[in-house]
Amino acid sequence: MKFKKALSLALCGAMVAGCFGTVASADEELTWKIGGIGPITGAASAYGSAAMNGAQIAVDEINAAGGINGYQIEFNAQDDEHDSEKSVNAYNTLKDWGMQALVGTVTTAPCLAVAPLAAEDNMFMITPSASAEECISYGTNEFRMCFTDPAQGTASAQYIGENLDVTKVGVIYDSSDVYSSGIYATFRTEAENQDFEIVAAEAFTSDSKTDFSAQIQAMIDAGAELVFLPFYYNEASIVFTQAAALEYSPLWFGVDGMDGILSVEGFDLSLAEGVMLLTPFSADAEDELTQTFVATYQDLYGEVPNQFAADGYDCVYAIATALATTDLDPSADASTISDALQAAMLEISMDGLTGSGMTWDEDGEVSKSPKAVVIQDGVYVGL
Amino acid sequence: MSFISYLVNGISLGSVYAIIALGYTMVYGIAKMLNFAHGDVIMVGGYAAFSIMMYYGGSPLMAVLVAIVVCTVLGIAIETIAYRPLLEAASPLAVLITAIGVSYFLQNVVLLIFGSTPKSFQSVVTLSNVKLFDGALTISGTTIVTIASCIIIMVVLTIFINKSKPGQAMLAVSEDKGAAQLMGINVNGTIALTFAIGSGLAAIAGVLLCSAYPSLTPYTGSMPGIKAFVAAVFGGIGSIPGAMVGGILLGVIEILAKAYISSQLSDAIVFGVLIVVLLVKPTGLFGKKIQEKV
Amino acid sequence: MEIVERMKKKNFKSSMITYAMVIIAFAIMQVWKTSGNLSSLLTGLLVPICVYVVLAISLNLVVGISGELSLGHAGFMCVGAFASAFFSKCTVDVITFVPLRFLLAVLIGAAVAAVFGLLIGIPVLRLRGDYLAIVTLAFGEIIKNVINIFYIGLDSNGFHVSTQDQFSLNMEADGQIILGGPQGITNIPKCSTFVAGVILILVALFIVLNLINSRDGRAIMAIRDNRIAAESIGINITKYKLMAFTISAALAGAAGALYSHNLSTLQASKFNFNTSILALVFVVLGGIGNMRGSIIAAVILTVLPEMLRFLSDYRMLIYAIVLIVMMIFNWAPKSLELRERYLGRFFHKSAKEGE
Repeated sequence: MKFKKALSLALCGAMVAGCFGTVASADEELTWKIGGIGPITGAASAYGSAAMNGAQIAVDEINAAGGINGYQIEFNAQDDEHDSEKSVNAYNTLKDWGMQALVGTVTTAPCLAVAPLAAEDNMFMITPSASAEECISYGTNEFRMCFTDPAQGTASAQYIGENLDVTKVGVIYDSSDVYSSGIYATFRTEAENQDFEIVAAEAFTSDSKTDFSAQIQAMIDAGAELVFLPFYYNEASIVFTQAAALEYSPLWFGVDGMDGILSVEGFDLSLAEGVMLLTPFSADAEDELTQTFVATYQDLYGEVPNQFAADGYDCVYAIATALATTDLDPSADASTISDALQAAMLEISMDGLTGSGMTWDEDGEVSKSPKAVVIQDGVYVGL
Repeated sequence: MSFISYLVNGISLGSVYAIIALGYTMVYGIAKMLNFAHGDVIMVGGYAAFSIMMYYGGSPLMAVLVAIVVCTVLGIAIETIAYRPLLEAASPLAVLITAIGVSYFLQNVVLLIFGSTPKSFQSVVTLSNVKLFDGALTISGTTIVTIASCIIIMVVLTIFINKSKPGQAMLAVSEDKGAAQLMGINVNGTIALTFAIGSGLAAIAGVLLCSAYPSLTPYTGSMPGIKAFVAAVFGGIGSIPGAMVGGILLGVIEILAKAYISSQLSDAIVFGVLIVVLLVKPTGLFGKKIQEKV
Repeated sequence: MEIVERMKKKNFKSSMITYAMVIIAFAIMQVWKTSGNLSSLLTGLLVPICVYVVLAISLNLVVGISGELSLGHAGFMCVGAFASAFFSKCTVDVITFVPLRFLLAVLIGAAVAAVFGLLIGIPVLRLRGDYLAIVTLAFGEIIKNVINIFYIGLDSNGFHVSTQDQFSLNMEADGQIILGGPQGITNIPKCSTFVAGVILILVALFIVLNLINSRDGRAIMAIRDNRIAAESIGINITKYKLMAFTISAALAGAAGALYSHNLSTLQASKFNFNTSILALVFVVLGGIGNMRGSIIAAVILTVLPEMLRFLSDYRMLIYAIVLIVMMIFNWAPKSLELRERYLGRFFHKSAKEGE
C-alpha cells in the first residue's frame, strides 16, 4: 500500500515536473512571499512570538505538502515591539523584501497604523488577533481571523445572562489596553439587557498590573458572585493567585485572551478550576488537526501553543486556501494577488484550528462562534 | 474591615518596593548613579529561583540562596564591566545611559533563554493564611513573610553599615571619595561590595515579588523598578530608612488610591503625591539638606 | 571685547556648519528619494528621524544648556501630539488647505506643550538634580495616565466628554469619536512630510542656537555652571530656567505634532518612560550641550535598530551591547585617553569643536 502511494506520488511528481520543467528551471527561486508582523520582543512578546511561530508551522506544513499552486512559501516575521511606529517600519522592511501578503499585525494599536498603509498599497492582510473593530476598516483588502471586541463583550454578557444563575457581576479590566477596555464597554452595554447587575467595575493599567489585591477586595466588598476578566492570561494568573490568598472564589469568566492559562509554566492549575471562558481554540481538543499542531509546536518551541499561535496558523492557511482557488503564481505583483485574494476570501470555507466552516464577509470579518468552556481538573470541558 | 485589608495589602506591596528601593538607594549613596538596571537584576533573581525550583527540583530555601548568589555575581560583573569605566566620566549621565543599556541587555538575554511566555512562580512561602477577627480579615502567609523580611533586612543593613568596618567604609566613600582613598579605604572594592549587597537584596526582592505576584516575564522587573526608584526618591535618595518608609508609603498610597479614589488613575495619584511631597520637602522625607558652598 | 567678537565668530561658524549639515543631508535624501531608489523602509523612516532629531535638540536645551535632567520629556511630546492631532481631526473639513492646517496644528501642539512646560516648570524648577528628574518623570507618567481615560466625541451638538467609555458619550448619529481612551486618536490626516520635518529641524536649531549665543543663553549657561555666582551678579534664576524649560517643552510639542501626523494613529502609551529615556540617550551619546552631536546620535539610533533587523531574534540584544560599547567608547576617561593617543589628531579636533 505504502509502496503504491509512494509510486503514485513519484509519478505525479514526474508529470508535474515534466509539464512545468522548463518554467521551474527558468525561475527556480520563485516563491510566495508572506510577511508577518507582531511583537517578538517587549512586554507583549508572548502574543507576537506565538502568532509568528504558529504561522511558521503552517508555512512549513504547506511547503512540505508542495506549496501553493506548486510554489513554495517564504515566511518573514518582523518584530514591532507592540509600537505603532516600529510596526510601520516592519511593514516597510517587508515591502522592500517583496512581501505579497501580510499576516498581521498581531496587536491592535500597531494594526491601526499599518492597516491604512496596507489599504493604500492594496496589500492583502489578515490579522490573526487585532480585535478592535477599526483595525480592518480601511480597505477591502483587510481581513481578520479572531472575534472583534464588541462580539466578545456581547457574547459574554449574553452567555452569563442566559445560562448562569448569577445576579451580581463584577468586572476587572485593563483601562490602558484597547482590547480589554473595548470588551468591557460592550459587555456593559449588553449587560443592561440581561437580568444581572454589574456591581463593581475596577480597572488596572499596564503600569500597575503587579498587584490586584485592591480590585479583588472591591469585588469581595461588592459581593460579586461572578467576576468577568476581559484580559490576558498572564495577568489573570496573578488575579487567581491573589484571590486564592484572600480566600475569594467567585465564578470566573474570561474571554479568548484567557486561553493559555493552562500552559503557564509553574501555574497551580487548581487555582483555575471552574474558570469559564469563551475561546475559539483549545489546545486540549481531541481532533487530529489540533493534536498534530500542538505536538509540532511543542517539538519546535517547547511550549503548549495558545490561541495566538492557532490564529497565526489559521491565517496562513486562509491565505493558502484562497490562493489555491486562483491560478496565480508568485510572479504576480502584490496588488494583483490582493485583488484575487479579496475575491477568493469571500468564496472559501475553511476548517482550521479556531473553527470549522469559517467564512468571511465583505467587511473582512470571520464567521465562527466562540465556544464556552469550563476548566475542570486542568483541562477544558465544553459547556 | 476592608480598610485594614487594603492597608495590609498596601504594606505588603510597599515592603517589596522598599527592598528594591534599598538597592537603589545604597548604590546611589555610594556611586551617585541611578542604576536603572536594578529592576532587571530582580527579574534575573526571579528566573534563577524559578529555574531551581522547576527544573532542578530544589527546595525554596535553596532557590533563594542560588538566586542571591547569581544576582550578587551579576551585580559585581555589571559594575566591573559596564559601570566602573564610566564612574569617573565627565557627566554622571553617561553611566545612567549605560545602565539603560544593561537593562535592555538583561531583558533580551532572558528573553532568548526563557522565551516570552510568562512563567508562574510558585510561592516560596509555605506559611498558611492567618485569619483575624473571626475570619473577617485574611492575611496571606506570603504577605507576612514579605513584611517580616523587609523589617529584618532593614535592621541588619542598618547595623551592618553603622557597626561593621566595610559598612563604615561605605559611609566614608559616600561622604567623600577622595578623602576615603587617602584614609586607605579601597574605594573600588567598597563600590563593588555595595553593588554586591544591592544585587543580593534584589534577588530577595525578586523572589518575594514573584511569590506575591506570581507572573514572571523578562519585563517583570521594569515597572516595580521604576516605582521603587520613585520610592527611594520619595524617602530621600541615599537614605536607608528613607527607602524603607518611602517604599511602604508608596505601596499603601497605590492600593488605597485604587480602592477609594479611582483604579484607573492610581498611577497618576501616586506620582501626584510624590510631586507634592517633593515640593514641600525638596530632598524627600529623610533626605539630607545639602549646604551649598559659595 | 575682542574675545567676545572672536567667540561670536566661532559660534557663528559652528552654527553655520550645523545648518549646512542638515541641509546637505536633506538634499542628498531628497535626490535619492526622487530617483526612486530609496527603500520603503528608509522612506518611511525619514519623518521619524526628523521627529527624534527635534526631540533631541529640545532635550539638549534642558540637559546640556540649562543643566537640568528631565526624564519626562515624552510627556511634552505627548501633549503636543494629542493637542495637534485633536485640532486636525476637528478641522479636517473646515480648513482644506493642508499646509495651513498642518502649520496651525504644529503651532498649537507647540503652544499647548509650552503652557504645560510653564505650569510644570514653575514648581519643579525649585528642585535640584535627581529630584527634578524624578518629578519630570512623574509628570510624564501622569499625563499619559490621564489621557488614557478620556473619551471625547464631536457631533452636531458640540463636544461630549466621558471618562467611562465611548457609549457614555451619548452622541447623535452623526457623531464621531475623536479621542477614544486607550485607543487614542485614529484616522489622523497624514500631513507630515520630510520637507516639513526638515523645516522644523531648521527652525528648532535656529531657535536654540540663537538662544545659546544670545545674552539670555549666556545667562542660562552661567546658572548651569554656578548657580550662586550667577545669582550674585543679579541673574534672575527662575526666569531664565523657566525660559529654557518652556522653549524646550514647546519644541518637544512640535516634535509630537510631527509624530502624530505621520502615523494615522496615536496612543498615549507610546509616550512612556522608555521614550523619554531614548531622547536622553540621543543627548548623552551625541554630547551634552552639543547640538550637532545629538542630531547625529538621533539619526544613528533611529536607523540602527531597523538596520539590525536581519539579526532577527538577536536584534535587541545586539542593540543593547552596541549602546553600552558606544557609551564606554565615547565617555570613559580611559577610552578617551586611548583615543587621544592612537587617533589623536582626528578626534582631538572634533572633540574640541564639540566643547
